[in-house]
Amino acid sequence: MSEAVLPPVTPSGAMIRTLGLVATVCGVLIVTAYEGTLDAVNANKKIALERAVFKVIPGAAKVDEYVATATGIQPAGAAIPEGAVKFYAAYDQAGGLKGIAAEGAAKGYADTVRVMYAYDPAKQAVTGLGVVSMRETPGIGDKIYTDEAFLKNFEALDVQLSSDMKALANAVKVVKHGTKQNAWEIDAISGATVTSKAVGRGINESARKLLPLLVPNLEKLKTAPSPNAQSAVSPPFIKGGEGGFSTVSITHTLTHLSQNPPQPPLSPPGGIEKGWRWQAHLAEEVTS
Amino acid sequence: MIPGQKQLSNLEELLEGVWKQNPVFVMVLGMCPTLAVSVSAMNAVSMGLATTFVLVGSTFLVSLLRNVIPKEVRIATYIVIIATFVTVVDYLIQAISLAVYDALGAFIQLIVVNCIILGRAEAHASKNPPLRSVLNALGMGAGFTVGLFALGGVREILGAGKLFGFSLFGPDFQPWVVMVLPPGGFFVLGAWLLLFNWLNSRKTDAAPAKPAEGHAHV
Repeated sequence: MSEAVLPPVTPSGAMIRTLGLVATVCGVLIVTAYEGTLDAVNANKKIALERAVFKVIPGAAKVDEYVATATGIQPAGAAIPEGAVKFYAAYDQAGGLKGIAAEGAAKGYADTVRVMYAYDPAKQAVTGLGVVSMRETPGIGDKIYTDEAFLKNFEALDVQLSSDMKALANAVKVVKHGTKQNAWEIDAISGATVTSKAVGRGINESARKLLPLLVPNLEKLKTAPSPNAQSAVSPPFIKGGEGGFSTVSITHTLTHLSQNPPQPPLSPPGGIEKGWRWQAHLAEEVTS
Repeated sequence: MIPGQKQLSNLEELLEGVWKQNPVFVMVLGMCPTLAVSVSAMNAVSMGLATTFVLVGSTFLVSLLRNVIPKEVRIATYIVIIATFVTVVDYLIQAISLAVYDALGAFIQLIVVNCIILGRAEAHASKNPPLRSVLNALGMGAGFTVGLFALGGVREILGAGKLFGFSLFGPDFQPWVVMVLPPGGFFVLGAWLLLFNWLNSRKTDAAPAKPAEGHAHV
């Protein structure tokens, strides 16, 4: 205000020095906290994710993260490529594919409703629903995970693909309470229509994008029946996300190798991921 | 708000925030997280502890640096320090429990603008040595935690029939849902303020020159 009148004006050097000192101390503190908690945070996230997947796919023993892109499917790495859809493959104790889980999200009444749904490739249907996060009105919107009748919609919600495998045969639709007629319709909760619709939209959006990319490549996800590979999987090895994935993909590479000996070397130049993509191409050729 | 010239003992310094200047019930500060997060006792206590951590950490650092910080840039310095501790507590909560992290949502980051913390840095830590600042911050944090718990506990009991997630009344209890909705926060806060002001005015009845303190801030 009256800086010109006040005799003791702090020189800017002192201000810069102080701010620099404080910023340095703070930077060190933040980095220390980040490094110190990183492992615990990642472990927590993994547990939370597994819990969410296990909830919608009962009997699953381990979960691997994948992304589906236009060129096929590959294990989810640090960077998710443009246009890719993330999904989770759940395996049972013996290493067989139990089901696929993916997340859907849509705007609800208060905030985005994020759900995890299970997709059963054999039935071509959604077979389970879990809520990842929501801030809907307690007692009303939260019926989407407490209302038995509503959850019945997701025991066999039809999401089969159209004959050209490019889109869903029937879009998942939320209908007024009590008017469900088709297997691809969701009977809304009366009084919580907005939230019910958000669930339906979330599943529809996600399934519409994911399934056309995923279904042609489903074979890649089924663990090879080779008994050697399965016995080689020791329990701690299953636990880690990385380990779990490489077991599966190496098994695949081996099976393919035995079928097409001259094709790629066991560890292709681009690493295992390349191998995956190559397999995906093969699959497309076979199916088309 | 500044405790006058009279020197308080260390114990008094600690208890200042818990009772006489309780941030929730007397100063009525930090209402935004108070109302938003106190839907359950667990959330309320987690938020209280997170805020206490930030309070203690930032007042300690501010108090250590109080003679180096030029007054022209003091607010900027305080905010940087507070933001640092908020970031640290953000990581810590993620490491401890993702469920709590999700429940508290954006309100963890918003601790940075909680006026209790900047208020303590400006009004107390910048004028007192580290030990006293930390004691004062601990008391304020405890007072805030107690205040949040008083709201969160009541709201969870009435609105969900539970306390810390344990069912209290059995399955036949019909929850009073409005209590865990935003209006419930105001109802419960109003009831507590009423109680505190009534207690205060009863105490000050003997000295009628000083009416209940809380009013001015509401």
